[in-house]
Amino acid sequence: MSHEAAAPPAAPKPTKAPALNRLSLDLKAYKGANSTLCSGCGHDSITNAIIKSFFEYGVEPHRVAKLSGIGCSSKTTAYFLSRSHGFNSVHGRMAAVATGSNMANHTLLNIGVSGDGDTASIGLGHFLHMVRRNPQLVYLVENNGCYGLTKGQFSATADKGSLQKGGAVNRMDPIDICALAIEMGCGFVARSFSGDAKQLNQLLKAAIAHKGTALIDVVSPCVTFNNHEGSTKSYPYARAHEELIHEVGFVPFFEEISVDYDAGTTQVVELHDHSKVVLKKLERDYDPTNRRQALELLSHAQENQLFLTGLVYLDPSMPSMAEQLDLGSEPLATLPAEKLRPSPTALAEIMETFK
Amino acid sequence: MSEASPTSSESQSANRPRVNDVTISVATSNGTGSQSANLILMRSIFNMGIPVGAKNMFPSNIQGLPTWFTVRASAAGWSGRRRLIDLCVAMNEESVVDDIAQLPPGATLVLHKSLEKYAQRTDLVVHVVPFDDLVSGLVKEPKLSKLVVNMIYVGVVAHLFAIDMKEVERAIQRQFSKKASAAKINLDAATVGHVWAEANLPQSATHRLERMSATDGKIIIEGNQATALGLVFGGMTVLGWYPITPSSSVAEVTIDYLSKYRKDPETGKPTYAVIQAEDELASMAIVVGAGWAGARAATATSGPGISLMGELVGLAYFAEIPAVIVDVQRMGPSTGLPTRVSQGDIFSAYHLSHGDGKHPLLLPGNVRECFEFAAESLDLAERLQTVIFVMLDLDLGMNLWSSDPFEPIAKPIDRGKVLDEAQLAKVGSFARYKDVDGDGIPYRTIPGNPHPLAAYFTRGTGHTEAATYSEKAQDWKGNLDRLTRKFDTARTLMPRPVLKAATPGQVAEIGVIAFGSSDPAVEESRAELASQGMAIDYLRLRALPIDREVREFIEAHRVVYVVEQNRDAQLASILKAELPERATALRSVLLYSGLPADAQSVTEDIVRQESKEGRA
Ligand SMILES: Cc1ncc(C[n+]2csc(CCOP(=O)(O)OP(=O)(O)O)c2C)c(N)n1
Ligand code: SF4
Ligand SMILES: [Mg+2]
Repeated sequence: MSHEAAAPPAAPKPTKAPALNRLSLDLKAYKGANSTLCSGCGHDSITNAIIKSFFEYGVEPHRVAKLSGIGCSSKTTAYFLSRSHGFNSVHGRMAAVATGSNMANHTLLNIGVSGDGDTASIGLGHFLHMVRRNPQLVYLVENNGCYGLTKGQFSATADKGSLQKGGAVNRMDPIDICALAIEMGCGFVARSFSGDAKQLNQLLKAAIAHKGTALIDVVSPCVTFNNHEGSTKSYPYARAHEELIHEVGFVPFFEEISVDYDAGTTQVVELHDHSKVVLKKLERDYDPTNRRQALELLSHAQENQLFLTGLVYLDPSMPSMAEQLDLGSEPLATLPAEKLRPSPTALAEIMETFK
Repeated sequence: MSEASPTSSESQSANRPRVNDVTISVATSNGTGSQSANLILMRSIFNMGIPVGAKNMFPSNIQGLPTWFTVRASAAGWSGRRRLIDLCVAMNEESVVDDIAQLPPGATLVLHKSLEKYAQRTDLVVHVVPFDDLVSGLVKEPKLSKLVVNMIYVGVVAHLFAIDMKEVERAIQRQFSKKASAAKINLDAATVGHVWAEANLPQSATHRLERMSATDGKIIIEGNQATALGLVFGGMTVLGWYPITPSSSVAEVTIDYLSKYRKDPETGKPTYAVIQAEDELASMAIVVGAGWAGARAATATSGPGISLMGELVGLAYFAEIPAVIVDVQRMGPSTGLPTRVSQGDIFSAYHLSHGDGKHPLLLPGNVRECFEFAAESLDLAERLQTVIFVMLDLDLGMNLWSSDPFEPIAKPIDRGKVLDEAQLAKVGSFARYKDVDGDGIPYRTIPGNPHPLAAYFTRGTGHTEAATYSEKAQDWKGNLDRLTRKFDTARTLMPRPVLKAATPGQVAEIGVIAFGSSDPAVEESRAELASQGMAIDYLRLRALPIDREVREFIEAHRVVYVVEQNRDAQLASILKAELPERATALRSVLLYSGLPADAQSVTEDIVRQESKEGRA
């Protein structure tokens, strides 16, 4: 635009330019196909939170790989980031598929979306082993306490005493995905609620910045099969019972705001990429970098059926799978062919040892 | 392999020993350390230039159950199992009764003195050896003497067949190259056995080993090791695996060679990643995830693992993701016969998973092909964007085979139809499942490609050409039909069968089709049958799906015997489905005892079936 003083011609009324992120992309660039889920499904709110978080963080869409298992939740990878490669795999195996994808290309940002059935039942073993390996992956469990896609059966995260739509009572203790993840050595463990867009947004951005596996277990009501009275994963129940452990804030590395935080009420943890997680104290004194405290908090919540949300555990120093595999900067997927075949001399040398 | 029939040696004068044609069986128990003695025995014969093969028939435990190691020296180069044993070293009380009962008349029995009472047969040449006395003169420590005693029979056998003790020594030095003290004690033990035998036993009147030069420059290697090298030189970048006999050593040896030979020369970083997964579901999921993201990914397993991989193989088939599965076949599920030979996964691998689906199978028939096909499988997987199976079996995979050294792979690595950013910019459009070239193989992009058209969404079933969601009948059927075209393309890309006419240029009445570790037994059987006047053409199948050559072969012969090591005639049923009009011409020779294939069984079955026809 020229800066000449000439009066501008009567310009057409400017339409409001869409907000752009640091890559000059608008929010639309992070959207996907239209959702086919039931209207009001918690999963759709999480999809929106993902779109917003990736937009705000300014993630390059082509640097993302989207992975999921099977379930209503797992379908949602089609509903965001249409400019990223996506893989809707098979029920319960996404954790291992993502592990393989991360081995092939550890420079991509993986986002895995799973359900409580997908992760805590059929895929529990893979989930735990994936956590032990710590591939770079934002791992979301869209937790509705039931199997949405197969019409409402209990899942392993359903609380003891909670009711199925038809009235059946769940008699078993739930599996706490967050507690298991901490046991397995996960360096980023959070719990949230699909109805708490603000917290979810901060947690997602922090998860993007985390170096290894970042687990977010998001209670996400199934309006069709698990939103009735007697369900502990319904909107009314979650809204009435959500209790924040702390207030989660996130300052990305590219925003150089230096604010003085009051050490008495605020805890700041720096992540691998120099982004910062800012945790403001509410009622309880809680240090999410203390593993024992985190496990105690979760068992206390389980015993008393509390719905506590926030960043439960954070250890940004855990070595990632790629580090443990000692991978170089170039992904295996794109190494030039000549680097993949040892020389004829090497073969001859090996052949000698068999003579 | 020489075309000379080894049976001709039988016509030698009865009182002259047969030269370089002997089968030795050593019966010990698992975990007693007999393995190194047996390898040294084999190596000594190999060092004398005599073609030799070995088979280890071991139980599914770590210590204590009977185990047999057979060494077959054959000037003619026959490397299959021989049913009839010429010399048995019986060291194990648990199996001794059967070991003796199975010997043919005239065979030699080297018997541990403590088992003397079992030597009731008068039609054998029996040598009772005081192993315990001999070893006690050498070592006192009981644990060590248990190991070293095995070397004594090596010395005894060396005397009986005139194996050069210099070659025994060389074999010992090689075996214990890192441990001089072990080499010494083992050499002492072999020498003690040899000296004792020289003083007390006549040399064999029936068999003798003499120097040849047939093994000059050759290697001895297990099929699993060869396969591992194939993966390393084939440019595999991701390995996900879970231990299972008899495939574990494929992954373990691969890992060894990767760490030595697959570092980026510029950065020193590995050009591969390996994960020992939590189960075979995960190892296959890792392979599928890695293949999707652009790696050349493989796994190695056996039948039980194949069963677990089923769902993911179906996903890879429909989502068209390159993947390699090495299947070292064994007997069926659970415990019992996991260490025995079978070709029982042919049908399940070919059709693995739910819904429609067929997968290309590579069928290496020797260790060189294990190497070449393992490397080739990675190219084929990417070229065809599908799951490729490399089908070994326990005999080929875990036994020792002699071979010419492997040649460097001449063909450059093929990454198939992958569009990178620049190529995508040039073609200007991209639809993941569109058959652009008419060969059924679509183009793919890999995650990370920055071109705005590159991204697509991967699902199992239900996609349009552009990879968008669809449950429309015509989309689905069109996709299945394209997959059929792709499979037809696969027919043309797989290794060609090897054809051997009984009389070059002519077509015999009878044909035989075999694959994998059955090959040496079938070759030997053809020679046996030829000496009985039965000419047999041979097609060695090296891959499925079949192509023109196999069709023509089956069409050209009155009857074709399909030799395979399973009960259910799995390959024959696949061939019958391909060629229903020739179904009645296909007969089966089925070997499913759990022992490696042997020529005699093949010969007998073909003769029996032909004589039923009144032809033989
Ligand atoms: C191997 C296999 N078994 C069963 C199913 C059927 N199935 C599809 S989704 C699903 C459960 C999904 O529950 P969850 O993961 O909680 O996802 P939600 O639909 O609740 O979001 C089941 C059992 C399947 N697809 N594959
Ligand atoms: S069934 Fe439940 S989980 Fe599935 S889309 Fe509907 S509301 Fe969501
Ligand atoms: Mg659910």
